[in-house]
Amino acid sequence: MTTLVPLLSTLLDSLELGLIYAIMALGVFISFRTLNMPDLTVDGSFTLGAAISAVMVFNHGRPFSGLALAFLSGCIAGVCTALLVTKMKIQPLLSGILMMLALYSINIKVMGGKPNIPLLNKTVMFSFLEGASPGKYARYLFLLLILVIVIIVLFLFLKTKLGFALRATGDNDKMVRALGVNTDNMIIIGLALSNGLVAFSGAIIAQYQSFADVSMGIGMVVIGLASVIIGEVLFGTRTLLRRLSAVSLGSVTYRLIVAVSLWLGMPPTDLKLVSAVIVAIALSMTAAKDKFASLITRRANTVGKEGE
Amino acid sequence: MLRVENVTKIFNRGSVNEMKALDNISLYLEEGEFVTVIGGNGAGKSTLLNCIAGVYEIDAGRITLGGIDITYAPEYKRSMYIGRVFQNPLDGTAFDMTIEENLAIAYAKGKPRGLRPGITRAEAALFREKLALLGLGLEDRMKEKAGRLSGGQRQALTLLMATITKPFLLLLDEHTAALDPVTAKKVLELTDRIVKEQKLSTIMVTHNMKAALDYGTRTIMMHEGRIIMDLDSRQKKEATVEWLIEQFSRRSGTDFDNDRMLLG
Ligand SMILES: Nc1ncnc2c1ncn2[C@@H]1O[C@H](COP(=O)(O)OP(=O)(O)OP(=O)(O)O)[C@@H](O)[C@H]1O
Ligand SMILES: [Mg+2]
Repeated sequence: MTTLVPLLSTLLDSLELGLIYAIMALGVFISFRTLNMPDLTVDGSFTLGAAISAVMVFNHGRPFSGLALAFLSGCIAGVCTALLVTKMKIQPLLSGILMMLALYSINIKVMGGKPNIPLLNKTVMFSFLEGASPGKYARYLFLLLILVIVIIVLFLFLKTKLGFALRATGDNDKMVRALGVNTDNMIIIGLALSNGLVAFSGAIIAQYQSFADVSMGIGMVVIGLASVIIGEVLFGTRTLLRRLSAVSLGSVTYRLIVAVSLWLGMPPTDLKLVSAVIVAIALSMTAAKDKFASLITRRANTVGKEGE
Repeated sequence: MLRVENVTKIFNRGSVNEMKALDNISLYLEEGEFVTVIGGNGAGKSTLLNCIAGVYEIDAGRITLGGIDITYAPEYKRSMYIGRVFQNPLDGTAFDMTIEENLAIAYAKGKPRGLRPGITRAEAALFREKLALLGLGLEDRMKEKAGRLSGGQRQALTLLMATITKPFLLLLDEHTAALDPVTAKKVLELTDRIVKEQKLSTIMVTHNMKAALDYGTRTIMMHEGRIIMDLDSRQKKEATVEWLIEQFSRRSGTDFDNDRMLLG
């Protein structure tokens, strides 16, 4: 029984992490699902957001401007990747890898040449909550509020005329061009928004855990994909709002899985291996489902024949 | 209206696979003309439409539409003036978006696509009215995803999307070839009705010779990247499928051994 207490407290922590990483997962959702273009820039833009947010807190004491600036810089990173894809005609995956690599150096520059920035005893975005009435739940509610606002704004955006064109580009770019839309522009806008959200999430994480580290974004895209897929499988894809909520819940579920695995004694260094396996399994789910369905029909078919 | 002047299109230029898909071809379309295009496999029919639509850049010649030179305009810009329906029903709609959302994307053609609501109430009413005219009951399924429609329903929807903002030119590339004969006939009749009602200038590629003669105001036959026959509406009325086949053999210098062209 004694071991359950640390489990409960880690579960609450992972709930908070899940809410923050959900914003990153929503960013990945935009590129992976809406644009149908897996984008590896994410690993770099997540750290970029964290670095900028940390610098703004450490040097200027401006946590909230840090968040805004992080979002903008993420957008710029996304635009760069999109330009590589659309204007230079480099494959999306390769474009993402190139940007990720470039951002590694840029992130160290942003952090003033250091590989990490500690933010202990600095005024961060959560500082104003100290002494708030619901006690330790205040931070939780604050993060939930941010996520809900992000989901609503994203939902409303995807329901505008521009949002329609963006979504259709991932569905069927041939049709979209035939209807007078410049698909290059849609990819630029989509990847900007996607990486903006990712950087915003990184910015919050830096202030949440009180440090930024140049390697904190490694494997982030896989975590994002895992969240998207877990969310879709567990919570459905019927309507757009449902999808966005599902992705967020997927992120929370992912964190809970991680917390329980660690509590069960899994070494933290195995985390990335587990994430990779989750994504591999989830991505092969459709193929597996088809195979399964085909096995059942085949069986029914042969059984039916024997019965005759 | 449309002027295609001495257009040549060569694929894989300079390689062993070099292929002259269009060979110094010229075609002038008057406003309101409805041209049906026939020809064997590889005659260059799709290439002609794709060059007009801007999918491919041409190697020589000039294309103007409504007096504007569009030879080097990007595909999406030409699409402001050109409506298209493709052979593959999957190509015409966004499968993961609803019927009304698909129509909204089409209806916004040529208007700014800003941060205004994707579908206004007035637009939804208009879409319902237009869908009802198709006679397929789609007006009651506007919130369903387009991916759930059958091939024929999709082609009808795509046709509506291509014409809901009146295009200068409508390009149809075997848009009934993937449908069963009964559905194909329905979609053809629908096409004919819409084209006549809106007096659209139209180019329709078909493999079905009878359809080519039955519909439209003019028929051209293509072979090896050139136009080898051009029938006006009076000549069309007198022509029969047998006569067309005979003409094809005589003018192309090849045997007519392409049953797909006949049956579609
Ligand atoms: N993208 C391409 N790359 C290379 N060659 C092409 C391309 N598109 C068409 N071709 C070639 O150009 C020629 C004309 O093709 P096109 O598709 O225009 O014929 P078509 O008249 O539409 O025939 P079909 O009746 O089979 O649709 C063919 O020889 C074809 O192989
Ligand atoms: Mg063709």
